[in-house]
Amino acid sequence: MYDNMMKIEFLSKSENESFARVAVAAFASQLDPTIDEITDVKTAVSEAVTNSIIHGYGKEEGIVKIQAFIQGNELTVIVSDEGVGIDNVELAMQPLYTSRPDLERSGMGFTVMESFMDSLKVQSEKGKGTEIIMKKAFKSLS
Amino acid sequence: MYLKFENNNEKLLVHMMGELDHHSAEEVRNKIDDRLNRDDMKKLIMDFSGVSFMDSSGIGVVIGRYKKLAYKNGTVCITNVNETVRRVFELSGMFKIIKLYNSNEEALENI
Repeated sequence: MYDNMMKIEFLSKSENESFARVAVAAFASQLDPTIDEITDVKTAVSEAVTNSIIHGYGKEEGIVKIQAFIQGNELTVIVSDEGVGIDNVELAMQPLYTSRPDLERSGMGFTVMESFMDSLKVQSEKGKGTEIIMKKAFKSLS
Repeated sequence: MYLKFENNNEKLLVHMMGELDHHSAEEVRNKIDDRLNRDDMKKLIMDFSGVSFMDSSGIGVVIGRYKKLAYKNGTVCITNVNETVRRVFELSGMFKIIKLYNSNEEALENI
């Protein structure tokens, strides 16, 4: 179970990247995080949502979902889409790997999520979509 | 994101203000490339002092400009990055090829 939770859904438009990270940061602020901790969360959410928009849906438009849970001093964020899914998750998570070299992407998205959050889990099925589960405990309360 | 350009002795200094993510990256890259092409400049200084948020899209923007200018025998450096922006750049190992200066003056003297 959890102490608190929120859910948002929005169209896969790049304009919504800033909305998404600010919404999660505002929800997480009840845990009284430091500025560094909240920046880490915003950056990780931005990466996950950008992945759904560019890779999950690409030229199509779809819905990106975010759920966030608070349990004690830990925040869990789940970012999911019903896009194309990831063929090879292990390959996609490697630093510098990008499936879209044409877009001037750095291939560092998953690496940023992994280093800025405490844990990262990626579940994906081809043709069905992708779900990213990230957790971070805020030290300021403990 | 708001950009302000300054031409300093054939060196293009761009002050960036706002949030650099995938959404703003395209506009930033187009505006900088336009200016580099129009004035045929080979040296670019990107001033991050006004960047309040950046994700890995920023790495793509800097490395993209580096590749373009390297092709013309030019160079790119970045200045005034705050701690959180620096952490994103450091993950990519980008500082091995792109120099970081603490001030625009220092960058203008050295590139």
